[in-house]
Amino acid sequence: MNPYNFAFLDEQTKRMIRRAILKAVAIPGYQVPFGSREMPLSYGWGTGGVQVTASVIGPDDVLKVIDQGADDTTNAVSIRRFFERTTGVRTTTRTEAATLLQTRHRIPETPLAEGQIVVFQVPIPEPLRWLEPRETETRKMHALEEYGVMHVRLYEDITRHGHVETAYDYPVLVNGRYIMRPSPIPKFDNPKLDESPALLLFGAGREKRIYAVPPFTTVRSLDFEDHPFTIERWDQTCALCGAADVFMDEIVVDDKGGRMFVCSDTDFCERRRGR
Amino acid sequence: MDADRPLLRARGVTRYYGSRVGCRDVGLDLWPGEVLGVVGESGSGKTTLLGCLSGRLEPSAGTVEFTQRDGTVVDVLRIPEPALRKLARTDWGIVHQNPRDGLRLGVSAGANVGERLMALGARHYGRIREAAFDWLGRVEIDGERIDDWPETFSSGMQQRLQIARTLVTEPRLVFMDEPTGGLDVSVQARLLDLLRRLVTDLGLSAVIVTHDLAVTRLLAHRLLVMRGGEVVESGLTDQVLDDPQHPYTQLLVSSVLQP
Amino acid sequence: MNDDPAVLVVEALHKTFTLHTQGGIQLPVLRGVDLTVYPGECVALTDPSGSGKSTLLRSVYANYRPQRGRILVAHDGARIDMVDAGPRELLAVRRRTIGYVSQFLRVIPRVPTLEVVVEPLRAFGVARDAALERGRALLARLRIPERLWSLSPVTFSGGEQQRVNLARGFVADFPILLLDEPTASLDVASRAIVVDLIRDALARRTAIVGAFHDAEVREAVATRTVSLHGTGVAA
Repeated sequence: MNPYNFAFLDEQTKRMIRRAILKAVAIPGYQVPFGSREMPLSYGWGTGGVQVTASVIGPDDVLKVIDQGADDTTNAVSIRRFFERTTGVRTTTRTEAATLLQTRHRIPETPLAEGQIVVFQVPIPEPLRWLEPRETETRKMHALEEYGVMHVRLYEDITRHGHVETAYDYPVLVNGRYIMRPSPIPKFDNPKLDESPALLLFGAGREKRIYAVPPFTTVRSLDFEDHPFTIERWDQTCALCGAADVFMDEIVVDDKGGRMFVCSDTDFCERRRGR
Repeated sequence: MDADRPLLRARGVTRYYGSRVGCRDVGLDLWPGEVLGVVGESGSGKTTLLGCLSGRLEPSAGTVEFTQRDGTVVDVLRIPEPALRKLARTDWGIVHQNPRDGLRLGVSAGANVGERLMALGARHYGRIREAAFDWLGRVEIDGERIDDWPETFSSGMQQRLQIARTLVTEPRLVFMDEPTGGLDVSVQARLLDLLRRLVTDLGLSAVIVTHDLAVTRLLAHRLLVMRGGEVVESGLTDQVLDDPQHPYTQLLVSSVLQP
Repeated sequence: MNDDPAVLVVEALHKTFTLHTQGGIQLPVLRGVDLTVYPGECVALTDPSGSGKSTLLRSVYANYRPQRGRILVAHDGARIDMVDAGPRELLAVRRRTIGYVSQFLRVIPRVPTLEVVVEPLRAFGVARDAALERGRALLARLRIPERLWSLSPVTFSGGEQQRVNLARGFVADFPILLLDEPTASLDVASRAIVVDLIRDALARRTAIVGAFHDAEVREAVATRTVSLHGTGVAA
């Protein structure tokens, strides 16, 4: 007999988390506190994402788990196996076949569809934390839309580096109201957040916050008029499948400085190669 | 607009700390372009009064009213916090005694000056930087320091940076708490001169709390003398300093060393 | 002697100093002073030092606060009582109606002489260029060398500082001018210039009340002499 409840968490906990999710969906980009539980993995390894997934997953779901775009890294494999054991749902590596995707640090290249839910693992949910250590103060700043300081951060980057240095977890304005951290996805993926047909859920287990971007919500990356937001570009194409305009990993292949660039999204790359 | 309403009107401002009097029954009218000095020694209640006037301390009794740019009058002690915070960022300025209390130490001088503009929606990097550069010049900070951190500035420079940061939105009312406290004498002179010129050029109103009578002689049109939480004397600055009536005021004035 | 109404009327003025820091001793200085001044008059106070001349001038300027009496001043078509007017009114009167040349220039370091001199013209709305021109003309007339105009008066001699003070006092057209020992530290030539300035002001119908220690200057400018004797401190 399976000693665990479906998806590990008890039903009351799942309800509590779903209530938090509903609030989050109702106020796009707003951080909702929730009673984060002890999970069988350490803080910093996706406890928030796992709790969100566990609360929304049902027996008919098809789950995909990726870490840095890959289905086969240690964390992705562990989390996928965790859900296999506690729910028995079907899992997949194919983005378009999944109903529920949990991800660490990337959004798949394959466009998302209506009806899909993406769960992001978030380390630090508070975009103002770099400047203001007090939670009492940051809550007020969000409530009063006192967001001048976010542009101070961008200003400093441009002053020091000539451009905005932030390459991942790039702050965005959601639905014209709340500023949000989209989790450490590369800024390359930020445009995918804007008007996405999928429901985007964000869970931070250690910090005990859940936030959400409902389908077809405007998400704008912060910038200046004379320094508009830009994404990364590579001169190379993927060494395995030839794709251009994708986010690429740089892999060192020998000790003579040889390197190659490959798609970070393993599923996307495989399918292009006809596998 | 200045015709018949003072910019700031306080009546009966009283604040107790338990049974101890912070300030009691203080009233004042401040008109556009006027500088009011509040002098007293430690424990006189002047800092408490300043806190109550700027909405940062809740008085036990009294009213403080501020006339906004469009002519409407707000009750500073009763408006909702968002409105008060907005007021503090736009129409008011605050100069703290310790410049570090009024600066963001972790960002450059330029960012410090530009922050209020960005908070009001300025979104053009080039123009924000230009405005910051301009203001640094006005407070006599070398423009080359625009990207330096305030930590690398002398205390006099930090104080001038704080002034630039708070004046960039051209507030109409500035609260200053011992603006020259802790500075070397020569540095003080320079700062006072700067404040004097800015007050005149920008038509600022200001409430300056200080224990230093020389500062009031230079900057203030009018004075309130406080002792034990109460105003013991008030009048034009030169009246109070040249013809003090109250025994305490006479003591204060006669105690000042003349070099 | 004058069809114009009086611009300054002092009525039954009393001023006593109470020195709380010295046991509360009282020094009555003015005891019921009456004085009426018309446009174009130069009233010279003739009492010896310490009799209250300065006190009277300062009281008219509202620098000192009298205990009793009235000081009525014609300002903006109305009569203001300097004894009980509010601070705002007093400041307005000082900006546009009463000018005061004290015995000492209060020096603010770092402010150039020319700026010191033209500052009163701001309140009269005089354009910057015109103000600077007037200031320069007056400094030249008072024989302050041009090379000093951009320097702060803080290092000037007593005589130079006093001439800067005078320039500041005469640069604007105040209807009433109070002069407290205006030639105290000046040489003969400078005193003559001050006499001319006073005469020019009188020609403009300025009303002047002054304390002139120097008998020659007094005789040259005074249209009337007044003694506070009996109402001032006994000599």
